[in-house]
Amino acid sequence: MITLEGVSKVFTSHGQQVCAVDDVSFDVAEGELVVLIGPSGSGKTTTMRMINRLETISSGRIMVNGRDLRSLDVVELRRGIGYVIQQGGLFPHFTVADNVSVVPRLLGWSGDRRRQRAHELLDLVGLPPDRFADRYPRQLSGGQQQRVGVARALAADPPIILMDEPFGAVDPITRKQLQRELRRIQAAVQKTIVFVTHDIGEAFLLGDRIVLMSDGRVVQDATPADLLRHPADPFVTAFIGEDRGVRSLQFTLLGEIAEPGPADTRANGVALPGSLTIIEAARELGKRGPGAGAGFWISDEEDQPTGYLSYQRFAAVLGDTIAGDHTAEHASEGTDGIPH
Amino acid sequence: MGYLIEHPDRVFELTKQHVELVAISVAFAMLIGIPVGVLITRLRWLEGPIIGTAGILYTVPSLALFAIMIPYTGLGRTTVVVALALYSLLAIVRNTVAGIDGVPPAALDAARGMGMTGRQRLFIIELPLALPVILAGVRIATVAAIGIATVAAVVGVGGLGRLIFDGMRTLNTDRILAGAIVSSLLALLADWGLAWLGGYLRRDIALARLER
Repeated sequence: MITLEGVSKVFTSHGQQVCAVDDVSFDVAEGELVVLIGPSGSGKTTTMRMINRLETISSGRIMVNGRDLRSLDVVELRRGIGYVIQQGGLFPHFTVADNVSVVPRLLGWSGDRRRQRAHELLDLVGLPPDRFADRYPRQLSGGQQQRVGVARALAADPPIILMDEPFGAVDPITRKQLQRELRRIQAAVQKTIVFVTHDIGEAFLLGDRIVLMSDGRVVQDATPADLLRHPADPFVTAFIGEDRGVRSLQFTLLGEIAEPGPADTRANGVALPGSLTIIEAARELGKRGPGAGAGFWISDEEDQPTGYLSYQRFAAVLGDTIAGDHTAEHASEGTDGIPH
Repeated sequence: MGYLIEHPDRVFELTKQHVELVAISVAFAMLIGIPVGVLITRLRWLEGPIIGTAGILYTVPSLALFAIMIPYTGLGRTTVVVALALYSLLAIVRNTVAGIDGVPPAALDAARGMGMTGRQRLFIIELPLALPVILAGVRIATVAAIGIATVAAVVGVGGLGRLIFDGMRTLNTDRILAGAIVSSLLALLADWGLAWLGGYLRRDIALARLER
Protein backbone atom coordinates (compact mmCIF):
# COMPACT_ATOMS: atom_id res chain seq x y z
CA MET A 1 0.00 0.00 0.00
CA ILE A 2 2.74 2.43 1.01
CA THR A 3 6.35 1.93 -0.06
CA LEU A 4 9.28 4.12 0.92
CA GLU A 5 12.37 3.64 -1.24
CA GLY A 6 15.60 5.23 -0.10
CA VAL A 7 13.83 8.31 1.21
CA SER A 8 15.96 11.15 2.57
CA LYS A 9 15.15 14.58 3.90
CA VAL A 10 17.74 17.33 4.09
CA PHE A 11 16.95 20.60 5.85
CA THR A 12 18.97 23.73 5.52
CA SER A 13 19.25 25.34 8.90
CA HIS A 14 21.41 28.43 9.46
CA GLY A 15 23.22 27.73 6.21
CA GLN A 16 24.05 24.19 7.31
CA GLN A 17 22.69 21.05 5.77
CA VAL A 18 21.05 18.76 8.28
CA CYS A 19 20.02 15.28 7.26
CA ALA A 20 16.83 14.54 9.21
CA VAL A 21 15.94 11.34 7.37
CA ASP A 22 18.66 9.27 5.76
CA ASP A 23 17.94 6.60 3.15
CA VAL A 24 14.84 5.12 4.78
CA SER A 25 13.02 2.22 3.15
CA PHE A 26 10.08 0.19 4.38
CA ASP A 27 6.66 -1.05 3.27
CA VAL A 28 3.28 -0.79 4.88
CA ALA A 29 0.87 -3.47 3.71
CA GLU A 30 -2.86 -2.86 3.37
CA GLY A 31 -4.64 -3.06 6.73
CA GLU A 32 -1.35 -3.07 8.61
CA LEU A 33 -0.52 -0.78 11.53
CA VAL A 34 3.16 0.14 11.40
CA VAL A 35 4.65 2.03 14.32
CA LEU A 36 7.53 4.43 13.70
CA ILE A 37 9.41 4.78 16.93
CA GLY A 38 12.63 6.36 18.08
CA PRO A 39 14.05 9.01 20.38
CA SER A 40 13.47 12.72 19.73
CA GLY A 41 15.20 13.84 16.57
CA SER A 42 15.29 10.35 15.08
CA GLY A 43 13.35 11.49 12.02
CA LYS A 44 10.22 9.46 12.68
CA THR A 45 7.78 12.38 12.46
CA THR A 46 9.52 13.83 9.40
CA THR A 47 9.32 10.42 7.73
CA MET A 48 5.59 10.24 8.41
CA ARG A 49 5.00 13.81 7.22
CA MET A 50 6.58 13.00 3.88
CA ILE A 51 3.81 10.46 3.25
CA ASN A 52 1.15 13.19 3.02
CA ARG A 53 3.71 15.61 1.64
CA LEU A 54 3.65 18.00 4.58
CA GLU A 55 7.41 17.68 4.09
CA THR A 56 8.96 17.49 0.66
CA ILE A 57 11.13 14.50 -0.18
CA SER A 58 14.78 15.41 -0.82
CA SER A 59 15.64 12.14 -2.52
CA GLY A 60 14.22 8.67 -2.96
CA ARG A 61 10.54 8.11 -3.52
CA ILE A 62 7.33 7.13 -1.82
CA MET A 63 4.75 5.03 -3.63
CA VAL A 64 1.11 4.79 -2.62
CA ASN A 65 -0.77 1.98 -4.36
CA GLY A 66 2.04 1.77 -6.88
CA ARG A 67 1.93 5.47 -7.78
CA ASP A 68 4.68 7.93 -7.04
CA LEU A 69 3.46 10.52 -4.52
CA ARG A 70 4.90 13.33 -6.57
CA SER A 71 2.67 12.48 -9.52
CA LEU A 72 -0.46 12.99 -7.38
CA ASP A 73 -2.25 16.25 -6.67
CA VAL A 74 -1.17 17.23 -3.18
CA VAL A 75 -4.57 18.48 -2.01
CA GLU A 76 -6.39 15.38 -3.25
CA LEU A 77 -3.70 13.14 -1.78
CA ARG A 78 -4.17 14.71 1.65
CA ARG A 79 -7.96 14.52 1.52
CA GLY A 80 -7.54 10.79 0.93
CA ILE A 81 -5.29 10.29 3.97
CA GLY A 82 -6.56 10.64 7.53
CA TYR A 83 -4.32 12.74 9.77
CA VAL A 84 -4.25 12.80 13.58
CA ILE A 85 -1.80 14.93 15.56
CA GLN A 86 -0.68 15.20 19.13
CA GLN A 87 -2.34 18.41 20.25
CA GLY A 88 -5.55 17.37 18.53
CA GLY A 89 -5.47 20.27 16.13
CA LEU A 90 -9.23 20.66 16.39
CA PHE A 91 -10.64 23.92 15.06
CA PRO A 92 -11.66 25.87 18.16
CA HIS A 93 -14.43 27.78 16.37
CA PHE A 94 -16.15 24.60 15.10
CA THR A 95 -18.42 22.30 17.08
CA VAL A 96 -17.41 18.67 17.50
CA ALA A 97 -19.71 17.61 14.65
CA ASP A 98 -18.38 20.36 12.37
CA ASN A 99 -14.81 19.36 13.19
CA VAL A 100 -15.53 15.74 12.28
CA SER A 101 -17.20 16.86 9.04
CA VAL A 102 -14.35 19.01 7.70
CA VAL A 103 -13.11 16.65 5.00
CA PRO A 104 -16.65 15.53 3.97
CA ARG A 105 -17.48 19.23 3.54
CA LEU A 106 -14.37 19.80 1.48
CA LEU A 107 -15.43 16.84 -0.64
CA GLY A 108 -18.89 18.31 -1.09
CA TRP A 109 -21.01 15.74 0.77
CA SER A 110 -24.64 16.67 1.42
CA GLY A 111 -25.68 17.92 4.86
CA ASP A 112 -27.65 14.80 5.72
CA ARG A 113 -24.89 12.45 4.77
CA ARG A 114 -22.34 14.50 6.74
CA ARG A 115 -24.48 14.56 9.85
CA GLN A 116 -25.16 10.85 9.68
CA ARG A 117 -21.47 10.07 9.21
CA ALA A 118 -20.41 12.37 12.05
CA HIS A 119 -22.87 10.71 14.43
CA GLU A 120 -21.77 7.25 13.35
CA LEU A 121 -18.12 8.13 14.00
CA LEU A 122 -18.76 9.81 17.34
CA ASP A 123 -20.47 6.60 18.40
CA LEU A 124 -17.50 4.60 17.18
CA VAL A 125 -15.02 6.62 19.25
CA GLY A 126 -17.21 6.48 22.33
CA LEU A 127 -18.63 10.02 22.39
CA PRO A 128 -22.46 9.79 22.33
CA PRO A 129 -23.45 12.28 19.59
CA ASP A 130 -26.52 13.57 21.41
CA ARG A 131 -24.23 14.81 24.18
CA PHE A 132 -21.11 15.79 22.24
CA ALA A 133 -22.00 16.78 18.66
CA ASP A 134 -22.79 20.41 19.47
CA ARG A 135 -20.03 21.06 21.98
CA TYR A 136 -16.93 23.09 21.26
CA PRO A 137 -13.43 21.61 21.64
CA ARG A 138 -12.65 23.77 24.67
CA GLN A 139 -15.52 22.06 26.49
CA LEU A 140 -13.85 18.65 26.11
CA SER A 141 -11.06 16.96 28.06
CA GLY A 142 -7.77 16.23 26.32
CA GLY A 143 -8.72 12.59 25.86
CA GLN A 144 -12.10 13.48 24.40
CA GLN A 145 -10.43 15.91 22.00
CA GLN A 146 -8.15 13.13 20.79
CA ARG A 147 -11.18 10.92 20.19
CA VAL A 148 -12.69 13.67 18.06
CA GLY A 149 -9.35 13.87 16.24
CA VAL A 150 -9.53 10.15 15.44
CA ALA A 151 -13.16 10.45 14.33
CA ARG A 152 -12.21 13.38 12.08
CA ALA A 153 -9.44 11.37 10.44
CA LEU A 154 -11.88 8.53 9.70
CA ALA A 155 -14.65 10.81 8.41
CA ALA A 156 -14.25 10.39 4.66
CA ASP A 157 -13.26 6.73 5.13
CA PRO A 158 -9.68 7.14 3.83
CA PRO A 159 -7.76 3.89 3.32
CA ILE A 160 -4.64 5.36 4.95
CA ILE A 161 -4.30 7.12 8.30
CA LEU A 162 -1.26 8.91 9.67
CA MET A 163 -1.07 9.38 13.43
CA ASP A 164 1.61 11.60 14.95
CA GLU A 165 1.91 10.80 18.67
CA PRO A 166 -1.86 11.01 18.95
CA PHE A 167 -1.97 10.01 22.60
CA GLY A 168 1.25 11.71 23.67
CA ALA A 169 -0.35 14.62 25.48
CA VAL A 170 -2.95 12.81 27.59
CA ASP A 171 -2.59 11.32 31.07
CA PRO A 172 -1.40 7.69 31.37
CA ILE A 173 -4.79 6.24 32.33
CA THR A 174 -6.60 7.94 29.46
CA ARG A 175 -3.77 6.94 27.15
CA LYS A 176 -4.19 3.25 28.02
CA GLN A 177 -7.88 3.55 27.36
CA LEU A 178 -7.39 5.31 24.03
CA GLN A 179 -4.86 2.70 22.96
CA ARG A 180 -7.31 -0.10 23.69
CA GLU A 181 -10.02 1.76 21.82
CA LEU A 182 -7.76 2.26 18.82
CA ARG A 183 -7.16 -1.50 18.74
CA ARG A 184 -10.89 -2.09 18.82
CA ILE A 185 -11.51 0.52 16.10
CA GLN A 186 -8.68 -0.80 13.95
CA ALA A 187 -10.08 -4.33 14.23
CA ALA A 188 -13.38 -2.94 12.94
CA VAL A 189 -12.15 -0.63 10.16
CA GLN A 190 -8.85 -2.30 9.09
CA LYS A 191 -7.09 0.85 7.91
CA THR A 192 -3.50 1.10 6.76
CA ILE A 193 -1.98 3.10 9.60
CA VAL A 194 1.41 4.72 10.14
CA PHE A 195 1.67 5.56 13.82
CA VAL A 196 4.48 7.68 15.28
CA THR A 197 5.32 7.40 18.97
CA HIS A 198 8.26 7.44 21.36
CA ASP A 199 6.46 5.17 23.83
CA ILE A 200 7.76 1.63 23.40
CA GLY A 201 4.85 0.15 25.36
CA GLU A 202 2.44 1.79 22.94
CA ALA A 203 4.45 0.42 20.01
CA PHE A 204 4.22 -3.14 21.31
CA LEU A 205 0.56 -2.81 22.14
CA LEU A 206 -0.53 -1.39 18.78
CA GLY A 207 2.02 -2.29 16.13
CA ASP A 208 1.70 -5.11 13.66
CA ARG A 209 5.22 -4.04 12.83
CA ILE A 210 7.67 -1.70 14.49
CA VAL A 211 10.19 0.43 12.60
CA LEU A 212 12.77 1.67 15.07
CA MET A 213 14.63 4.78 13.97
CA SER A 214 17.68 6.60 15.25
CA ASP A 215 19.52 9.57 13.73
CA GLY A 216 17.35 9.51 10.64
CA ARG A 217 18.01 5.85 9.85
CA VAL A 218 16.03 2.66 10.29
CA VAL A 219 17.77 0.60 12.94
CA GLN A 220 15.36 -2.31 12.84
CA ASP A 221 12.12 -3.12 11.05
CA ALA A 222 10.44 -6.15 12.61
CA THR A 223 7.32 -7.57 14.20
CA PRO A 224 7.05 -6.89 17.95
CA ALA A 225 7.93 -10.52 18.70
CA ASP A 226 11.03 -10.45 16.51
CA LEU A 227 12.12 -7.12 17.91
CA LEU A 228 12.01 -8.65 21.39
CA ARG A 229 13.64 -11.90 20.46
CA HIS A 230 16.22 -10.70 18.00
CA PRO A 231 17.13 -7.09 18.71
CA ALA A 232 19.48 -5.98 15.93
CA ASP A 233 22.01 -4.21 18.12
CA PRO A 234 22.61 -2.82 21.61
CA PHE A 235 20.72 0.36 20.73
CA VAL A 236 17.57 -1.65 20.13
CA THR A 237 18.07 -3.64 23.32
CA ALA A 238 18.56 -0.47 25.29
CA PHE A 239 15.59 1.24 23.67
CA ILE A 240 13.27 -1.65 24.44
CA GLY A 241 14.49 -1.45 28.00
CA GLU A 242 14.37 -3.71 31.00
CA ASP A 243 10.81 -4.89 30.46
CA ARG A 244 11.86 -6.77 27.39
CA GLY A 245 11.47 -10.18 29.06
CA VAL A 246 8.08 -9.46 30.53
CA ARG A 247 6.86 -7.96 27.26
CA SER A 248 7.92 -10.98 25.25
CA LEU A 249 5.54 -13.14 27.32
CA GLN A 250 2.81 -11.47 25.31
CA PHE A 251 4.42 -12.36 22.01
CA THR A 252 5.92 -15.84 22.49
CA LEU A 253 3.52 -18.57 21.42
CA LEU A 254 3.20 -21.97 23.01
CA GLY A 255 3.76 -23.56 19.61
CA GLU A 256 7.20 -21.98 19.48
CA ILE A 257 8.43 -23.50 22.74
CA ALA A 258 6.74 -26.90 22.43
CA GLU A 259 8.91 -30.00 22.64
CA PRO A 260 8.36 -33.50 21.32
CA GLY A 261 5.99 -35.31 23.64
CA PRO A 262 6.58 -38.55 25.54
CA ALA A 263 5.81 -41.76 23.70
CA ASP A 264 2.42 -42.42 25.24
CA THR A 265 -0.68 -40.82 23.71
CA ARG A 266 -2.31 -37.67 25.03
CA ALA A 267 -4.37 -40.06 27.17
CA ASN A 268 -5.68 -37.93 29.96
CA GLY A 269 -3.52 -34.82 29.79
CA VAL A 270 -4.60 -31.21 29.44
CA ALA A 271 -4.33 -29.83 25.87
CA LEU A 272 -3.86 -26.15 24.95
CA PRO A 273 -3.79 -24.56 21.47
CA GLY A 274 -0.34 -23.63 20.21
CA SER A 275 -1.60 -20.19 19.22
CA LEU A 276 -1.82 -19.09 22.86
CA THR A 277 0.89 -16.78 24.12
CA ILE A 278 2.85 -17.89 27.17
CA ILE A 279 0.95 -15.47 29.35
CA GLU A 280 -2.41 -16.65 28.05
CA ALA A 281 -1.37 -20.25 28.63
CA ALA A 282 -0.36 -19.51 32.21
CA ARG A 283 -3.71 -17.82 32.83
CA GLU A 284 -5.55 -20.77 31.24
CA LEU A 285 -3.66 -23.33 33.33
CA GLY A 286 -4.41 -21.36 36.47
CA LYS A 287 -8.09 -21.39 35.63
CA ARG A 288 -8.18 -25.13 35.01
CA GLY A 289 -6.30 -26.13 38.13
CA PRO A 290 -3.79 -28.96 38.29
CA GLY A 291 -4.31 -31.62 35.62
CA ALA A 292 -3.26 -35.20 35.78
CA GLY A 293 0.28 -35.88 34.64
CA ALA A 294 3.48 -33.90 34.64
CA GLY A 295 2.71 -31.62 31.71
CA PHE A 296 0.25 -30.65 28.98
CA TRP A 297 -0.22 -31.16 25.28
CA ILE A 298 -0.09 -28.50 22.66
CA SER A 299 -2.49 -28.78 19.75
CA ASP A 300 -2.86 -27.19 16.31
CA GLU A 301 -5.99 -25.67 14.79
CA GLU A 302 -7.42 -29.12 14.02
CA ASP A 303 -6.98 -30.08 17.64
CA GLN A 304 -4.19 -32.53 16.75
CA PRO A 305 -1.33 -32.79 19.25
CA THR A 306 1.84 -31.16 17.93
CA GLY A 307 4.01 -31.06 21.02
CA TYR A 308 4.27 -31.29 24.74
CA LEU A 309 5.48 -29.21 27.66
CA SER A 310 6.15 -30.49 31.13
CA TYR A 311 5.06 -28.12 33.89
CA GLN A 312 8.67 -28.01 34.95
CA ARG A 313 9.84 -26.97 31.48
CA PHE A 314 7.00 -24.45 31.17
CA ALA A 315 7.93 -22.87 34.48
CA ALA A 316 11.57 -22.72 33.41
CA VAL A 317 10.71 -21.00 30.12
CA LEU A 318 8.47 -18.58 31.98
CA GLY A 319 11.24 -17.73 34.41
CA ASP A 320 13.90 -17.42 31.71
CA THR A 321 11.69 -15.23 29.57
CA ILE A 322 10.96 -12.82 32.38
CA ALA A 323 14.65 -12.70 33.19
CA GLY A 324 15.28 -11.93 29.53
CA ASP A 325 17.52 -14.99 28.92
CA HIS A 326 15.14 -16.71 26.56
CA THR A 327 15.18 -13.81 24.18
CA ALA A 328 18.66 -12.50 24.77
CA GLU A 329 20.70 -14.94 22.76
CA HIS A 330 21.22 -12.49 19.91
CA ALA A 331 21.78 -9.38 21.95
CA SER A 332 24.82 -8.29 23.84
CA GLU A 333 23.75 -6.46 26.93
CA GLY A 334 25.63 -3.29 26.07
CA THR A 335 24.38 -0.04 27.48
CA ASP A 336 25.81 2.14 24.73
CA GLY A 337 23.38 4.21 22.78
CA ILE A 338 20.70 4.37 25.41
CA PRO A 339 18.08 6.77 24.11
CA HIS A 340 17.42 10.09 25.87
CA MET B 1 -27.74 70.20 27.02
CA GLY B 2 -29.93 73.04 25.91
CA TYR B 3 -28.65 73.06 22.36
CA LEU B 4 -29.31 69.35 21.95
CA ILE B 5 -32.93 69.77 22.93
CA GLU B 6 -33.56 72.95 20.95
CA HIS B 7 -31.94 71.81 17.69
CA PRO B 8 -32.32 68.06 17.45
CA ASP B 9 -32.57 68.21 13.65
CA ARG B 10 -29.28 70.02 13.28
CA VAL B 11 -27.50 67.69 15.73
CA PHE B 12 -28.93 64.69 13.94
CA GLU B 13 -27.79 66.00 10.57
CA LEU B 14 -24.25 66.64 11.83
CA THR B 15 -24.15 63.22 13.56
CA LYS B 16 -25.10 61.59 10.31
CA GLN B 17 -22.29 63.38 8.49
CA HIS B 18 -19.89 62.37 11.25
CA VAL B 19 -20.85 58.70 11.10
CA GLU B 20 -20.56 58.75 7.32
CA LEU B 21 -17.05 60.19 7.40
CA VAL B 22 -15.87 57.67 9.97
CA ALA B 23 -17.58 54.72 8.31
CA ILE B 24 -16.13 55.45 4.88
CA SER B 25 -12.65 56.04 6.30
CA VAL B 26 -12.60 52.90 8.44
CA ALA B 27 -14.01 50.87 5.57
CA PHE B 28 -11.16 52.03 3.35
CA ALA B 29 -8.66 51.32 6.08
CA MET B 30 -10.03 47.77 6.48
CA LEU B 31 -10.04 47.21 2.74
CA ILE B 32 -6.35 48.08 2.64
CA GLY B 33 -5.23 47.16 6.15
CA ILE B 34 -6.51 43.57 6.41
CA PRO B 35 -4.95 42.38 3.12
CA VAL B 36 -1.73 44.18 4.02
CA GLY B 37 -1.76 42.45 7.42
CA VAL B 38 -2.27 39.06 5.75
CA LEU B 39 0.55 39.87 3.34
CA ILE B 40 2.87 40.60 6.26
CA THR B 41 2.20 37.16 7.76
CA ARG B 42 3.25 35.64 4.42
CA LEU B 43 6.22 37.93 3.70
CA ARG B 44 7.63 38.60 7.13
CA TRP B 45 10.30 41.05 6.03
CA LEU B 46 7.54 43.54 5.18
CA GLU B 47 6.56 43.85 8.83
CA GLY B 48 9.25 46.35 9.87
CA PRO B 49 8.84 48.81 7.00
CA ILE B 50 5.02 48.73 6.91
CA ILE B 51 4.31 48.85 10.64
CA GLY B 52 7.06 51.48 10.97
CA THR B 53 5.55 53.72 8.32
CA ALA B 54 2.03 53.34 9.72
CA GLY B 55 3.41 54.13 13.18
CA ILE B 56 5.06 57.34 11.99
CA LEU B 57 1.86 58.41 10.21
CA TYR B 58 -0.04 57.80 13.43
CA THR B 59 2.13 60.25 15.34
CA VAL B 60 1.53 63.19 12.96
CA PRO B 61 -0.96 65.57 14.67
CA SER B 62 -4.28 65.50 12.87
CA LEU B 63 -4.48 69.22 12.34
CA ALA B 64 -1.01 69.18 10.75
CA LEU B 65 -1.92 66.22 8.53
CA PHE B 66 -5.03 68.03 7.24
CA ALA B 67 -2.92 71.11 6.53
CA ILE B 68 -0.26 69.11 4.73
CA MET B 69 -2.82 67.33 2.57
CA ILE B 70 -5.00 70.25 1.55
CA PRO B 71 -2.73 71.32 -1.35
CA TYR B 72 -3.03 67.81 -2.82
CA THR B 73 -6.54 66.67 -2.00
CA GLY B 74 -8.31 70.00 -1.57
CA LEU B 75 -10.67 71.38 1.01
CA GLY B 76 -13.20 68.66 1.41
CA ARG B 77 -14.17 65.10 2.07
CA THR B 78 -11.27 63.44 0.26
CA THR B 79 -8.78 65.03 2.61
CA VAL B 80 -10.67 63.91 5.68
CA VAL B 81 -11.30 60.40 4.46
CA VAL B 82 -7.68 59.85 3.41
CA ALA B 83 -6.36 61.21 6.69
CA LEU B 84 -8.73 59.19 8.87
CA ALA B 85 -7.99 56.05 6.87
CA LEU B 86 -4.26 56.59 7.32
CA TYR B 87 -4.72 56.93 11.09
CA SER B 88 -6.83 53.76 11.19
CA LEU B 89 -4.31 51.67 9.26
CA LEU B 90 -1.88 51.11 12.11
CA ALA B 91 -4.36 49.46 14.48
CA ILE B 92 -5.95 47.37 11.75
CA VAL B 93 -2.72 46.12 10.15
CA ARG B 94 -1.10 45.41 13.50
CA ASN B 95 -4.12 43.54 14.85
CA THR B 96 -4.53 41.53 11.66
CA VAL B 97 -0.94 40.34 11.99
CA ALA B 98 -1.33 39.61 15.71
CA GLY B 99 -4.61 37.79 15.15
CA ILE B 100 -3.21 35.49 12.47
CA ASP B 101 -0.04 34.89 14.47
CA GLY B 102 -2.25 33.78 17.35
CA VAL B 103 -3.92 30.95 15.43
CA PRO B 104 -2.94 27.63 17.08
CA PRO B 105 -0.20 26.03 14.93
CA ALA B 106 -1.74 22.59 15.52
CA ALA B 107 -5.02 23.69 13.93
CA LEU B 108 -3.13 24.99 10.89
CA ASP B 109 -1.05 21.84 10.59
CA ALA B 110 -4.21 19.73 10.80
CA ALA B 111 -5.86 21.92 8.15
CA ARG B 112 -2.93 21.42 5.78
CA GLY B 113 -2.79 17.72 6.52
CA MET B 114 -6.48 17.33 5.74
CA GLY B 115 -6.01 18.88 2.32
CA MET B 116 -7.13 22.48 2.66
CA THR B 117 -5.65 24.79 0.06
CA GLY B 118 -3.81 27.93 1.14
CA ARG B 119 -6.86 30.03 0.36
CA GLN B 120 -9.14 27.71 2.35
CA ARG B 121 -6.80 27.82 5.33
CA LEU B 122 -6.87 31.62 5.21
CA PHE B 123 -10.64 31.98 4.97
CA ILE B 124 -11.74 28.98 7.03
CA ILE B 125 -9.13 28.88 9.77
CA GLU B 126 -6.90 31.94 9.96
CA LEU B 127 -9.21 34.89 9.34
CA PRO B 128 -12.17 33.55 11.36
CA LEU B 129 -9.91 32.75 14.32
CA ALA B 130 -8.16 36.11 13.96
CA LEU B 131 -11.46 37.95 13.56
CA PRO B 132 -11.94 38.94 17.23
CA VAL B 133 -8.43 40.43 17.29
CA ILE B 134 -8.91 42.15 13.92
CA LEU B 135 -12.23 43.58 15.09
CA ALA B 136 -10.54 44.81 18.26
CA GLY B 137 -8.22 46.74 15.95
CA VAL B 138 -11.19 48.07 14.01
CA ARG B 139 -12.78 49.16 17.30
CA ILE B 140 -9.67 51.03 18.37
CA ALA B 141 -9.43 52.64 14.93
CA THR B 142 -13.12 53.56 14.88
CA VAL B 143 -13.15 55.08 18.35
CA ALA B 144 -10.04 57.12 17.52
CA ALA B 145 -11.46 58.16 14.14
CA ILE B 146 -14.69 59.39 15.77
CA GLY B 147 -12.59 61.69 17.93
CA ILE B 148 -10.25 62.84 15.19
CA ALA B 149 -13.15 63.46 12.80
CA THR B 150 -14.28 66.37 15.00
CA VAL B 151 -11.13 68.19 13.91
CA ALA B 152 -12.20 67.61 10.30
CA ALA B 153 -14.64 70.48 10.62
CA VAL B 154 -11.75 72.87 9.94
CA VAL B 155 -11.66 71.51 6.39
CA GLY B 156 -15.32 72.38 6.08
CA VAL B 157 -16.90 68.95 5.82
CA GLY B 158 -19.35 69.23 8.68
CA GLY B 159 -19.71 66.55 11.31
CA LEU B 160 -19.97 67.07 15.03
CA GLY B 161 -16.77 69.14 14.99
CA ARG B 162 -18.89 71.88 13.42
CA LEU B 163 -20.74 72.31 16.73
CA ILE B 164 -17.50 72.44 18.68
CA PHE B 165 -15.82 74.97 16.38
CA ASP B 166 -18.97 77.11 16.19
CA GLY B 167 -19.25 76.95 19.96
CA MET B 168 -15.64 78.05 20.37
CA ARG B 169 -16.09 80.97 18.00
CA THR B 170 -19.30 82.18 19.61
CA LEU B 171 -18.25 81.22 23.16
CA ASN B 172 -21.30 78.98 23.36
CA THR B 173 -20.46 76.17 25.83
CA ASP B 174 -23.75 74.50 25.14
CA ARG B 175 -22.80 73.82 21.55
CA ILE B 176 -19.34 72.57 22.48
CA LEU B 177 -20.88 70.21 25.02
CA ALA B 178 -23.47 68.97 22.57
CA GLY B 179 -20.76 68.12 20.02
CA ALA B 180 -18.53 66.49 22.59
CA ILE B 181 -21.26 64.45 24.27
CA VAL B 182 -22.73 63.11 21.05
CA SER B 183 -19.32 62.22 19.67
CA SER B 184 -18.45 60.38 22.89
CA LEU B 185 -21.73 58.50 22.78
CA LEU B 186 -21.02 57.54 19.19
CA ALA B 187 -17.63 56.19 20.18
CA LEU B 188 -19.11 54.10 23.00
CA LEU B 189 -21.83 52.76 20.74
CA ALA B 190 -19.31 51.77 18.05
CA ASP B 191 -17.12 50.09 20.63
CA TRP B 192 -19.99 48.04 22.01
CA GLY B 193 -21.51 47.18 18.65
CA LEU B 194 -18.27 45.96 17.11
CA ALA B 195 -17.49 43.83 20.16
CA TRP B 196 -20.86 42.12 19.82
CA LEU B 197 -20.37 41.55 16.10
CA GLY B 198 -17.02 39.87 16.64
CA GLY B 199 -18.40 37.12 18.81
CA TYR B 200 -21.36 36.58 16.53
CA LEU B 201 -19.70 36.20 13.16
CA ARG B 202 -16.69 33.98 13.15
CA ARG B 203 -18.08 30.45 13.08
CA ASP B 204 -20.75 31.23 10.51
CA ILE B 205 -18.28 32.82 8.14
CA ALA B 206 -15.94 29.84 8.40
CA LEU B 207 -18.64 27.23 7.85
CA ALA B 208 -20.09 29.05 4.86
CA ARG B 209 -16.64 29.13 3.30
CA LEU B 210 -15.98 25.46 3.89
CA GLU B 211 -18.77 24.37 1.62
CA ARG B 212 -17.63 26.32 -1.38
